[in-house]
Amino acid sequence: MNSAHRRGWLKGAGASLGALWIAACDRVSGSRQGQGVLARAEGLTRRAQRLVVDRKALAREFSPTLISANFRANGSTNPSDPDYVAHRANGFADWKLVIDGLVERPLSLSLAELMAEPARTQITRHDCVEGWSDIAKWTGARLGPLLDKAGLKREARYIVFHCADSLGGQHADGSGRYYESVDLIDAYHPQTLLAYAMNGQPLPVAHGAPLRLRVERQLGYKQAKYVMRLEAVADFAHLGGGKGGFWEDRGYEWYAGI
Amino acid sequence: MKTRLLVRRHSGMTRLTHWINVLALSLLLMSGLQIFNAHPALYWGAKSTFDRPWLSIGAAERAGRPVGLTQVAGKTFETTGVLGWSGKPGAARRQAFPAWATVPSWRDLASGRRWHFFFAWLFVINGLIYLAWSLIGGHIRRDLWPTRAQLRPRHILHEIVTHAQLKFPKGEEARSYNVLQKLSYLAVALGLLPLMVATGLTMSPGFNAAAPWLLDLFGGRQSARSIHFICASLIVLFIIVHLAMVVASGTWNNIRSMITGRYAIDVGGDVEGEVERAGQGESA
Repeated sequence: MNSAHRRGWLKGAGASLGALWIAACDRVSGSRQGQGVLARAEGLTRRAQRLVVDRKALAREFSPTLISANFRANGSTNPSDPDYVAHRANGFADWKLVIDGLVERPLSLSLAELMAEPARTQITRHDCVEGWSDIAKWTGARLGPLLDKAGLKREARYIVFHCADSLGGQHADGSGRYYESVDLIDAYHPQTLLAYAMNGQPLPVAHGAPLRLRVERQLGYKQAKYVMRLEAVADFAHLGGGKGGFWEDRGYEWYAGI
Repeated sequence: MKTRLLVRRHSGMTRLTHWINVLALSLLLMSGLQIFNAHPALYWGAKSTFDRPWLSIGAAERAGRPVGLTQVAGKTFETTGVLGWSGKPGAARRQAFPAWATVPSWRDLASGRRWHFFFAWLFVINGLIYLAWSLIGGHIRRDLWPTRAQLRPRHILHEIVTHAQLKFPKGEEARSYNVLQKLSYLAVALGLLPLMVATGLTMSPGFNAAAPWLLDLFGGRQSARSIHFICASLIVLFIIVHLAMVVASGTWNNIRSMITGRYAIDVGGDVEGEVERAGQGESA
Protein backbone atom coordinates (compact mmCIF):
# COMPACT_ATOMS: atom_id res chain seq x y z
CA MET A 1 0.00 0.00 0.00
CA ASN A 2 1.49 3.38 -0.88
CA SER A 3 1.09 6.18 1.61
CA ALA A 4 -1.34 8.32 -0.43
CA HIS A 5 -3.58 5.32 -0.90
CA ARG A 6 -3.34 4.51 2.77
CA ARG A 7 -4.18 8.06 3.78
CA GLY A 8 -7.22 8.04 1.52
CA TRP A 9 -8.32 4.75 2.96
CA LEU A 10 -7.84 5.92 6.54
CA LYS A 11 -9.75 9.11 5.83
CA GLY A 12 -12.65 7.17 4.32
CA ALA A 13 -12.70 4.72 7.20
CA GLY A 14 -12.54 7.58 9.69
CA ALA A 15 -15.44 9.40 8.05
CA SER A 16 -17.61 6.27 7.92
CA LEU A 17 -16.85 5.43 11.53
CA GLY A 18 -17.69 8.99 12.50
CA ALA A 19 -21.04 8.90 10.71
CA LEU A 20 -21.85 5.54 12.30
CA TRP A 21 -20.88 6.88 15.71
CA ILE A 22 -23.10 9.97 15.39
CA ALA A 23 -26.04 7.86 14.19
CA ALA A 24 -25.60 5.47 17.10
CA CYS A 25 -25.50 8.30 19.65
CA ASP A 26 -28.60 9.91 18.16
CA ARG A 27 -30.41 6.58 18.29
CA VAL A 28 -29.66 6.26 21.99
CA SER A 29 -30.68 9.90 22.58
CA GLY A 30 -33.96 9.32 20.77
CA SER A 31 -34.94 6.12 22.55
CA ARG A 32 -36.72 5.80 25.88
CA GLN A 33 -34.50 2.94 27.03
CA GLY A 34 -31.36 4.82 26.05
CA GLN A 35 -32.41 7.89 28.00
CA GLY A 36 -33.43 5.64 30.89
CA VAL A 37 -29.95 4.13 31.10
CA LEU A 38 -28.25 7.55 30.90
CA ALA A 39 -30.63 8.92 33.55
CA ARG A 40 -29.42 6.27 36.03
CA ALA A 41 -26.37 8.42 36.68
CA GLU A 42 -28.63 11.09 38.19
CA GLY A 43 -29.50 8.93 41.20
CA LEU A 44 -25.81 8.14 41.66
CA THR A 45 -24.93 11.85 41.53
CA ARG A 46 -27.65 12.76 44.04
CA ARG A 47 -26.65 10.04 46.51
CA ALA A 48 -22.96 10.82 46.15
CA GLN A 49 -23.54 14.52 46.77
CA ARG A 50 -25.84 13.85 49.72
CA LEU A 51 -23.04 11.66 51.09
CA VAL A 52 -20.21 14.17 50.77
CA VAL A 53 -22.12 17.44 51.27
CA ASP A 54 -23.22 18.07 54.83
CA ARG A 55 -26.96 18.71 55.16
CA LYS A 56 -26.30 22.14 56.59
CA ALA A 57 -23.23 23.03 54.51
CA LEU A 58 -23.74 26.54 53.20
CA ALA A 59 -23.54 27.81 49.67
CA ARG A 60 -20.88 30.50 49.31
CA GLU A 61 -21.98 34.04 50.16
CA PHE A 62 -20.35 37.01 48.43
CA SER A 63 -19.46 40.59 49.22
CA PRO A 64 -21.89 43.31 48.05
CA THR A 65 -19.32 44.56 45.52
CA LEU A 66 -19.84 41.37 43.49
CA ILE A 67 -23.60 41.85 43.01
CA SER A 68 -24.45 41.68 39.28
CA ALA A 69 -25.49 45.03 37.81
CA ASN A 70 -27.70 43.31 35.27
CA PHE A 71 -28.98 40.03 36.70
CA ARG A 72 -30.30 38.03 33.74
CA ALA A 73 -33.98 37.00 33.89
CA ASN A 74 -34.81 33.63 32.33
CA GLY A 75 -37.99 31.59 31.85
CA SER A 76 -41.16 33.62 32.40
CA THR A 77 -40.34 37.29 32.84
CA ASN A 78 -43.82 38.82 32.66
CA PRO A 79 -46.60 36.23 33.12
CA SER A 80 -49.83 36.89 31.23
CA ASP A 81 -51.95 34.44 33.23
CA PRO A 82 -55.17 36.36 34.18
CA ASP A 83 -54.89 35.65 37.93
CA TYR A 84 -51.34 36.89 38.00
CA VAL A 85 -52.12 39.97 35.91
CA ALA A 86 -54.92 40.87 38.38
CA HIS A 87 -52.62 40.42 41.42
CA ARG A 88 -49.96 42.49 39.78
CA ALA A 89 -52.44 45.25 38.91
CA ASN A 90 -53.31 45.85 42.56
CA GLY A 91 -49.79 45.52 43.86
CA PHE A 92 -50.27 42.00 45.28
CA ALA A 93 -52.53 43.49 48.02
CA ASP A 94 -54.90 40.47 47.93
CA TRP A 95 -52.15 37.96 47.18
CA LYS A 96 -51.79 35.17 49.71
CA LEU A 97 -49.33 32.32 49.98
CA VAL A 98 -51.07 29.05 50.72
CA ILE A 99 -49.27 26.27 52.57
CA ASP A 100 -51.25 23.04 52.56
CA GLY A 101 -51.10 19.36 51.67
CA LEU A 102 -49.69 17.04 54.32
CA VAL A 103 -49.63 19.64 57.10
CA GLU A 104 -51.40 19.82 60.46
CA ARG A 105 -52.35 23.50 60.15
CA PRO A 106 -52.79 24.83 56.60
CA LEU A 107 -51.69 28.45 56.33
CA SER A 108 -52.64 31.40 54.20
CA LEU A 109 -50.23 34.31 54.52
CA SER A 110 -50.28 37.81 53.07
CA LEU A 111 -47.02 39.38 51.95
CA ALA A 112 -46.95 41.52 55.13
CA GLU A 113 -47.46 38.42 57.29
CA LEU A 114 -44.72 36.58 55.42
CA MET A 115 -42.33 39.48 56.01
CA ALA A 116 -42.97 39.18 59.77
CA GLU A 117 -41.70 35.57 59.74
CA PRO A 118 -38.08 34.65 60.58
CA ALA A 119 -36.05 36.09 57.73
CA ARG A 120 -32.58 35.86 56.28
CA THR A 121 -30.57 37.98 53.85
CA GLN A 122 -27.83 36.43 51.74
CA ILE A 123 -25.71 37.37 48.73
CA THR A 124 -25.46 34.26 46.62
CA ARG A 125 -24.68 33.07 43.13
CA HIS A 126 -27.42 31.96 40.77
CA ASP A 127 -26.24 29.31 38.31
CA CYS A 128 -28.33 28.79 35.21
CA VAL A 129 -28.34 25.29 33.74
CA GLU A 130 -27.19 26.95 30.50
CA GLY A 131 -23.87 27.76 32.14
CA TRP A 132 -23.92 31.41 33.19
CA SER A 133 -23.91 32.81 36.74
CA ASP A 134 -25.17 36.01 38.35
CA ILE A 135 -24.93 37.27 41.93
CA ALA A 136 -27.70 39.00 43.92
CA LYS A 137 -28.75 39.77 47.47
CA TRP A 138 -31.89 37.96 48.50
CA THR A 139 -34.10 38.60 51.52
CA GLY A 140 -36.89 36.26 52.43
CA ALA A 141 -38.68 34.11 54.96
CA ARG A 142 -36.77 30.97 55.89
CA LEU A 143 -38.69 27.98 54.66
CA GLY A 144 -37.87 25.66 57.58
CA PRO A 145 -39.57 27.69 60.34
CA LEU A 146 -42.59 28.26 58.07
CA LEU A 147 -42.99 24.53 57.56
CA ASP A 148 -42.70 24.00 61.31
CA LYS A 149 -45.45 26.56 61.80
CA ALA A 150 -47.71 24.61 59.45
CA GLY A 151 -46.58 21.34 61.05
CA LEU A 152 -45.53 18.70 58.52
CA LYS A 153 -47.25 15.35 58.82
CA ARG A 154 -45.05 12.28 59.15
CA GLU A 155 -45.72 11.17 55.57
CA ALA A 156 -44.56 14.45 54.04
CA ARG A 157 -41.34 13.95 52.06
CA TYR A 158 -41.29 16.77 49.50
CA ILE A 159 -42.43 20.37 49.28
CA VAL A 160 -44.00 21.30 45.94
CA PHE A 161 -44.01 24.92 44.79
CA HIS A 162 -46.98 25.81 42.60
CA CYS A 163 -46.39 28.91 40.50
CA ALA A 164 -48.57 31.50 38.77
CA ASP A 165 -46.82 31.46 35.39
CA SER A 166 -47.55 29.16 32.45
CA LEU A 167 -44.16 28.81 30.79
CA GLY A 168 -45.52 25.82 28.86
CA GLY A 169 -48.55 27.73 27.53
CA GLN A 170 -51.88 28.49 29.21
CA HIS A 171 -54.05 25.38 29.16
CA ALA A 172 -57.42 24.88 30.89
CA ASP A 173 -56.03 21.95 32.89
CA GLY A 174 -53.06 24.01 34.05
CA SER A 175 -50.60 21.62 32.41
CA GLY A 176 -48.34 24.46 31.25
CA ARG A 177 -47.92 25.84 34.76
CA TYR A 178 -44.48 26.11 36.29
CA TYR A 179 -43.87 24.08 39.41
CA GLU A 180 -40.94 22.73 41.34
CA SER A 181 -40.20 20.47 44.28
CA VAL A 182 -37.44 19.89 46.82
CA ASP A 183 -36.89 17.24 49.46
CA LEU A 184 -36.91 18.04 53.18
CA ILE A 185 -33.11 18.26 53.36
CA ASP A 186 -33.17 21.26 51.05
CA ALA A 187 -36.47 22.59 52.47
CA TYR A 188 -34.89 22.83 55.93
CA HIS A 189 -31.50 24.10 54.74
CA PRO A 190 -30.70 27.38 56.54
CA GLN A 191 -30.29 29.27 53.24
CA THR A 192 -33.56 28.07 51.70
CA LEU A 193 -35.78 31.12 51.48
CA LEU A 194 -39.07 32.35 50.10
CA ALA A 195 -37.54 35.59 48.84
CA TYR A 196 -39.59 38.78 48.59
CA ALA A 197 -36.69 41.19 48.11
CA MET A 198 -33.77 41.32 45.70
CA ASN A 199 -30.83 43.69 46.26
CA GLY A 200 -32.84 45.49 48.97
CA GLN A 201 -35.83 46.22 46.70
CA PRO A 202 -39.17 44.42 46.40
CA LEU A 203 -38.69 41.44 44.09
CA PRO A 204 -39.11 42.68 40.47
CA VAL A 205 -41.70 41.01 38.22
CA ALA A 206 -38.98 39.65 35.90
CA HIS A 207 -37.45 37.82 38.88
CA GLY A 208 -40.68 36.35 40.27
CA ALA A 209 -42.67 39.02 42.17
CA PRO A 210 -44.01 38.80 44.74
CA LEU A 211 -42.26 35.62 45.93
CA ARG A 212 -39.64 33.22 44.64
CA LEU A 213 -37.81 30.23 46.03
CA ARG A 214 -34.08 30.32 46.77
CA VAL A 215 -32.58 26.87 47.18
CA GLU A 216 -28.95 27.86 46.91
CA ARG A 217 -27.21 24.55 46.36
CA GLN A 218 -29.06 23.81 43.13
CA LEU A 219 -29.33 25.28 39.63
CA GLY A 220 -31.50 28.16 38.46
CA TYR A 221 -34.54 26.20 37.31
CA LYS A 222 -35.13 25.01 40.89
CA GLN A 223 -35.51 28.66 42.01
CA ALA A 224 -39.25 28.77 41.21
CA LYS A 225 -40.63 32.27 40.59
CA TYR A 226 -44.21 33.62 41.13
CA VAL A 227 -44.77 31.10 43.95
CA MET A 228 -48.47 30.90 44.94
CA ARG A 229 -48.80 27.73 46.95
CA LEU A 230 -46.65 25.27 48.86
CA GLU A 231 -47.91 21.73 49.07
CA ALA A 232 -46.37 19.09 51.31
CA VAL A 233 -46.58 15.70 49.59
CA ALA A 234 -45.41 12.13 50.09
CA ASP A 235 -44.74 11.72 46.38
CA PHE A 236 -45.01 13.92 43.29
CA ALA A 237 -45.83 11.27 40.69
CA HIS A 238 -49.42 12.54 40.35
CA LEU A 239 -48.36 16.12 39.58
CA GLY A 240 -47.70 17.45 36.08
CA GLY A 241 -45.58 14.99 34.12
CA GLY A 242 -44.73 13.17 37.35
CA LYS A 243 -41.05 14.16 37.48
CA GLY A 244 -41.36 16.82 40.18
CA GLY A 245 -41.02 20.00 38.17
CA PHE A 246 -41.65 21.87 34.94
CA TRP A 247 -38.15 21.32 33.51
CA GLU A 248 -37.87 17.89 35.09
CA ASP A 249 -40.93 16.87 33.02
CA ARG A 250 -38.92 18.06 30.00
CA GLY A 251 -35.86 15.91 30.66
CA TYR A 252 -33.82 17.88 33.21
CA GLU A 253 -32.60 16.32 36.46
CA TRP A 254 -34.78 16.58 39.56
CA TYR A 255 -31.64 16.86 41.64
CA ALA A 256 -30.02 19.94 40.14
CA GLY A 257 -26.99 20.19 42.44
CA ILE A 258 -24.71 19.60 39.46
CA MET B 1 20.03 -10.44 9.78
CA LYS B 2 17.07 -8.41 10.83
CA THR B 3 14.52 -10.11 13.00
CA ARG B 4 11.08 -8.96 13.85
CA LEU B 5 10.35 -9.46 17.50
CA LEU B 6 6.94 -9.21 19.13
CA VAL B 7 7.36 -7.72 22.58
CA ARG B 8 4.75 -7.28 25.28
CA ARG B 9 4.09 -3.56 25.16
CA HIS B 10 0.90 -2.86 27.10
CA SER B 11 -0.58 -4.69 30.06
CA GLY B 12 -4.18 -5.81 30.05
CA MET B 13 -5.14 -3.08 32.51
CA THR B 14 -3.55 -0.35 30.40
CA ARG B 15 -5.38 -1.59 27.30
CA LEU B 16 -8.76 -1.95 28.99
CA THR B 17 -8.67 1.43 30.70
CA HIS B 18 -7.33 3.05 27.51
CA TRP B 19 -10.31 1.93 25.44
CA ILE B 20 -12.87 2.77 28.13
CA ASN B 21 -11.22 6.18 28.22
CA VAL B 22 -11.56 6.52 24.44
CA LEU B 23 -15.29 5.87 24.72
CA ALA B 24 -15.85 8.07 27.78
CA LEU B 25 -13.74 11.00 26.58
CA SER B 26 -15.33 11.03 23.11
CA LEU B 27 -18.80 11.20 24.63
CA LEU B 28 -17.76 13.68 27.31
CA LEU B 29 -16.29 15.94 24.65
CA MET B 30 -19.32 15.78 22.34
CA SER B 31 -21.90 16.15 25.12
CA GLY B 32 -19.73 18.91 26.59
CA LEU B 33 -19.96 20.82 23.31
CA GLN B 34 -23.75 20.36 23.43
CA ILE B 35 -23.75 21.91 26.92
CA PHE B 36 -21.42 24.71 25.80
CA ASN B 37 -23.81 25.50 22.92
CA ALA B 38 -26.54 26.42 25.46
CA HIS B 39 -24.47 29.47 26.44
CA PRO B 40 -21.52 29.83 24.05
CA ALA B 41 -19.54 32.39 26.02
CA LEU B 42 -16.78 32.15 28.65
CA TYR B 43 -15.82 34.49 31.47
CA TRP B 44 -13.32 34.90 34.29
CA GLY B 45 -14.36 35.23 37.91
CA ALA B 46 -17.34 34.14 39.98
CA LYS B 47 -20.09 35.47 37.71
CA SER B 48 -20.80 36.13 34.04
CA THR B 49 -19.88 39.53 32.70
CA PHE B 50 -22.23 39.19 29.75
CA ASP B 51 -20.90 42.16 27.80
CA ARG B 52 -17.25 41.09 28.18
CA PRO B 53 -16.78 37.36 27.55
CA TRP B 54 -13.15 36.44 26.77
CA LEU B 55 -14.47 33.91 24.28
CA SER B 56 -17.81 33.84 22.52
CA ILE B 57 -19.22 32.13 19.46
CA GLY B 58 -22.22 33.62 17.70
CA ALA B 59 -23.77 34.55 14.39
CA ALA B 60 -24.57 37.83 12.65
CA GLU B 61 -25.71 39.04 9.26
CA ARG B 62 -23.12 40.46 6.90
CA ALA B 63 -24.10 41.68 3.42
CA GLY B 64 -27.44 39.93 3.76
CA ARG B 65 -25.88 36.56 4.56
CA PRO B 66 -25.61 34.88 7.95
CA VAL B 67 -22.04 34.42 9.14
CA GLY B 68 -20.58 32.60 12.10
CA LEU B 69 -18.35 34.76 14.30
CA THR B 70 -15.88 33.64 16.92
CA GLN B 71 -14.47 36.22 19.31
CA VAL B 72 -11.36 35.47 21.35
CA ALA B 73 -9.80 38.11 23.61
CA GLY B 74 -11.43 40.94 21.68
CA LYS B 75 -10.49 39.67 18.21
CA THR B 76 -13.31 38.45 15.98
CA PHE B 77 -12.88 35.80 13.28
CA GLU B 78 -15.36 34.67 10.64
CA THR B 79 -15.93 30.97 11.16
CA THR B 80 -19.04 30.33 9.02
CA GLY B 81 -19.69 26.65 8.35
CA VAL B 82 -17.96 25.41 11.48
CA LEU B 83 -18.43 27.77 14.44
CA GLY B 84 -21.43 30.04 14.99
CA TRP B 85 -23.34 29.22 11.82
CA SER B 86 -23.34 25.73 10.28
CA GLY B 87 -25.40 22.93 8.78
CA LYS B 88 -26.38 21.53 5.39
CA PRO B 89 -27.55 24.07 2.78
CA GLY B 90 -31.11 25.07 3.61
CA ALA B 91 -30.88 23.63 7.12
CA ALA B 92 -28.00 25.78 8.35
CA ARG B 93 -28.63 27.40 11.71
CA ARG B 94 -27.14 29.41 14.49
CA GLN B 95 -25.15 27.06 16.71
CA ALA B 96 -21.75 27.48 18.33
CA PHE B 97 -20.36 24.00 17.59
CA PRO B 98 -21.76 22.16 14.55
CA ALA B 99 -24.25 19.29 14.80
CA TRP B 100 -21.64 16.66 13.86
CA ALA B 101 -19.58 17.61 16.93
CA THR B 102 -22.36 17.36 19.52
CA VAL B 103 -24.31 14.59 21.25
CA PRO B 104 -27.15 14.48 20.43
CA SER B 105 -26.67 16.12 17.04
CA TRP B 106 -29.80 18.24 17.54
CA ARG B 107 -29.99 20.95 20.17
CA ASP B 108 -30.96 19.31 23.47
CA LEU B 109 -29.26 20.52 26.64
CA ALA B 110 -31.12 18.06 28.91
CA SER B 111 -29.90 15.03 26.92
CA GLY B 112 -26.42 16.52 26.63
CA ARG B 113 -26.24 16.74 30.41
CA ARG B 114 -27.44 13.16 30.82
CA TRP B 115 -24.72 11.88 28.48
CA HIS B 116 -22.14 14.07 30.16
CA PHE B 117 -22.80 13.00 33.73
CA PHE B 118 -23.24 9.31 32.85
CA PHE B 119 -19.88 9.17 31.11
CA ALA B 120 -18.30 11.43 33.73
CA TRP B 121 -18.98 8.66 36.25
CA LEU B 122 -17.56 6.02 33.92
CA PHE B 123 -14.52 8.21 33.27
CA VAL B 124 -13.88 8.87 36.97
CA ILE B 125 -14.27 5.22 38.03
CA ASN B 126 -12.06 4.08 35.13
CA GLY B 127 -9.49 6.77 35.92
CA LEU B 128 -9.37 5.86 39.62
CA ILE B 129 -8.85 2.18 38.80
CA TYR B 130 -6.06 3.11 36.37
CA LEU B 131 -4.33 5.46 38.80
CA ALA B 132 -4.55 3.05 41.75
CA TRP B 133 -3.23 0.20 39.65
CA SER B 134 -0.49 2.34 38.08
CA LEU B 135 0.73 3.69 41.39
CA ILE B 136 0.62 0.40 43.28
CA GLY B 137 1.74 -1.81 40.40
CA GLY B 138 4.57 0.49 39.40
CA HIS B 139 3.35 1.32 35.88
CA ILE B 140 3.94 5.02 36.43
CA ARG B 141 7.37 4.58 38.02
CA ARG B 142 8.52 1.86 35.63
CA ASP B 143 7.00 2.88 32.29
CA LEU B 144 6.02 6.55 32.48
CA TRP B 145 8.52 8.30 34.74
CA PRO B 146 11.41 9.66 32.63
CA THR B 147 14.90 8.50 33.58
CA ARG B 148 17.57 10.97 34.54
CA ALA B 149 19.30 10.43 31.20
CA GLN B 150 16.08 11.07 29.32
CA LEU B 151 15.59 14.38 31.07
CA ARG B 152 18.86 15.86 29.87
CA PRO B 153 18.10 18.90 27.70
CA ARG B 154 20.31 17.51 24.92
CA HIS B 155 18.33 14.30 24.84
CA ILE B 156 14.98 16.09 24.89
CA LEU B 157 16.12 18.39 22.09
CA HIS B 158 17.32 15.39 20.09
CA GLU B 159 13.93 13.69 20.55
CA ILE B 160 12.07 16.81 19.45
CA VAL B 161 14.19 17.11 16.30
CA THR B 162 13.86 13.44 15.35
CA HIS B 163 10.09 13.49 16.07
CA ALA B 164 9.74 16.54 13.83
CA GLN B 165 11.50 14.56 11.08
CA LEU B 166 9.08 11.67 11.79
CA LYS B 167 12.01 9.44 12.73
CA PHE B 168 11.16 7.23 15.66
CA PRO B 169 13.25 5.04 17.93
CA LYS B 170 13.90 1.62 16.45
CA GLY B 171 14.99 -1.75 17.79
CA GLU B 172 15.81 -2.05 21.48
CA GLU B 173 15.15 1.67 21.97
CA ALA B 174 11.55 1.18 20.88
CA ARG B 175 10.87 -1.25 23.72
CA SER B 176 10.00 1.58 26.09
CA TYR B 177 8.37 4.97 25.74
CA ASN B 178 10.55 7.84 24.60
CA VAL B 179 10.82 10.93 26.75
CA LEU B 180 8.30 13.00 24.79
CA GLN B 181 5.77 10.21 25.09
CA LYS B 182 6.40 9.89 28.79
CA LEU B 183 6.08 13.60 29.45
CA SER B 184 2.93 14.04 27.42
CA TYR B 185 1.23 10.93 28.87
CA LEU B 186 2.08 12.09 32.38
CA ALA B 187 0.83 15.61 31.67
CA VAL B 188 -2.48 14.22 30.43
CA ALA B 189 -2.99 11.44 32.99
CA LEU B 190 -1.84 13.36 36.06
CA GLY B 191 -2.51 16.93 34.90
CA LEU B 192 -5.22 17.64 32.36
CA LEU B 193 -7.62 14.79 33.12
CA PRO B 194 -7.69 15.36 36.91
CA LEU B 195 -8.09 19.08 36.18
CA MET B 196 -11.15 18.30 34.05
CA VAL B 197 -12.75 16.50 36.99
CA ALA B 198 -11.83 19.21 39.50
CA THR B 199 -13.05 22.12 37.35
CA GLY B 200 -16.18 20.15 36.46
CA LEU B 201 -16.97 19.63 40.13
CA THR B 202 -16.31 23.31 40.80
CA MET B 203 -19.23 24.14 38.50
CA SER B 204 -21.58 22.09 40.71
CA PRO B 205 -23.46 24.35 43.16
CA GLY B 206 -24.03 21.31 45.39
CA PHE B 207 -20.37 20.36 45.51
CA ASN B 208 -19.41 24.02 46.09
CA ALA B 209 -21.01 23.76 49.52
CA ALA B 210 -18.81 20.76 50.36
CA ALA B 211 -15.56 22.10 48.90
CA PRO B 212 -15.68 25.90 48.68
CA TRP B 213 -11.85 25.91 48.48
CA LEU B 214 -12.15 24.69 44.89
CA LEU B 215 -13.83 27.99 44.03
CA ASP B 216 -10.82 29.83 45.47
CA LEU B 217 -8.37 27.51 43.74
CA PHE B 218 -9.80 28.18 40.28
CA GLY B 219 -10.89 31.78 40.86
CA GLY B 220 -14.66 31.33 40.83
CA ARG B 221 -17.27 29.24 39.02
CA GLN B 222 -17.02 31.02 35.68
CA SER B 223 -13.23 30.73 35.76
CA ALA B 224 -13.64 27.02 36.45
CA ARG B 225 -15.89 26.79 33.40
CA SER B 226 -13.25 28.55 31.29
CA ILE B 227 -10.46 26.29 32.57
CA HIS B 228 -12.68 23.25 31.91
CA PHE B 229 -13.02 24.41 28.29
CA ILE B 230 -9.30 25.18 27.89
CA CYS B 231 -8.25 21.81 29.34
CA ALA B 232 -10.73 20.05 27.05
CA SER B 233 -9.20 21.90 24.10
CA LEU B 234 -5.70 20.84 25.18
CA ILE B 235 -6.86 17.24 25.46
CA VAL B 236 -8.25 17.45 21.93
CA LEU B 237 -4.88 18.83 20.80
CA PHE B 238 -3.14 15.94 22.56
CA ILE B 239 -5.44 13.42 20.87
CA ILE B 240 -4.76 14.92 17.43
CA VAL B 241 -0.98 14.71 17.94
CA HIS B 242 -1.33 11.27 19.55
CA LEU B 243 -3.26 9.94 16.53
CA ALA B 244 -0.83 11.57 14.10
CA MET B 245 2.07 9.87 15.90
CA VAL B 246 0.23 6.54 15.84
CA VAL B 247 -0.11 6.83 12.07
CA ALA B 248 3.42 8.14 11.53
CA SER B 249 5.12 5.47 13.64
CA GLY B 250 3.24 2.47 12.27
CA THR B 251 -0.54 2.49 12.42
CA TRP B 252 -1.21 -1.24 12.60
CA ASN B 253 1.65 -2.07 14.90
CA ASN B 254 0.46 0.58 17.35
CA ILE B 255 -3.21 -0.36 17.16
CA ARG B 256 -2.37 -4.05 17.55
CA SER B 257 -0.24 -3.31 20.59
CA MET B 258 -3.14 -1.45 22.23
CA ILE B 259 -5.50 -4.35 21.49
CA THR B 260 -3.41 -7.52 21.94
CA GLY B 261 -0.59 -5.96 23.93
CA ARG B 262 2.07 -7.10 21.42
CA TYR B 263 4.31 -4.64 19.61
CA ALA B 264 6.73 -5.51 16.86
CA ILE B 265 10.27 -4.21 16.93
CA ASP B 266 13.08 -4.94 14.50
CA VAL B 267 16.29 -6.09 16.06
CA GLY B 268 19.52 -7.33 14.62
CA GLY B 269 20.97 -10.82 15.22
CA ASP B 270 19.56 -13.69 17.19
CA VAL B 271 17.07 -12.83 19.85
CA GLU B 272 15.06 -14.60 22.43
CA GLY B 273 11.37 -14.35 22.59
CA GLU B 274 8.54 -14.67 20.19
CA VAL B 275 10.10 -14.24 16.77
CA GLU B 276 8.48 -13.43 13.51
CA ARG B 277 10.45 -13.19 10.26
CA ALA B 278 10.81 -9.73 8.79
CA GLY B 279 8.50 -9.26 5.88
CA GLN B 280 5.70 -11.07 7.55
CA GLY B 281 2.85 -9.16 9.04
CA GLU B 282 2.85 -5.42 8.72
CA SER B 283 5.94 -3.59 7.55
CA ALA B 284 5.73 0.08 7.03
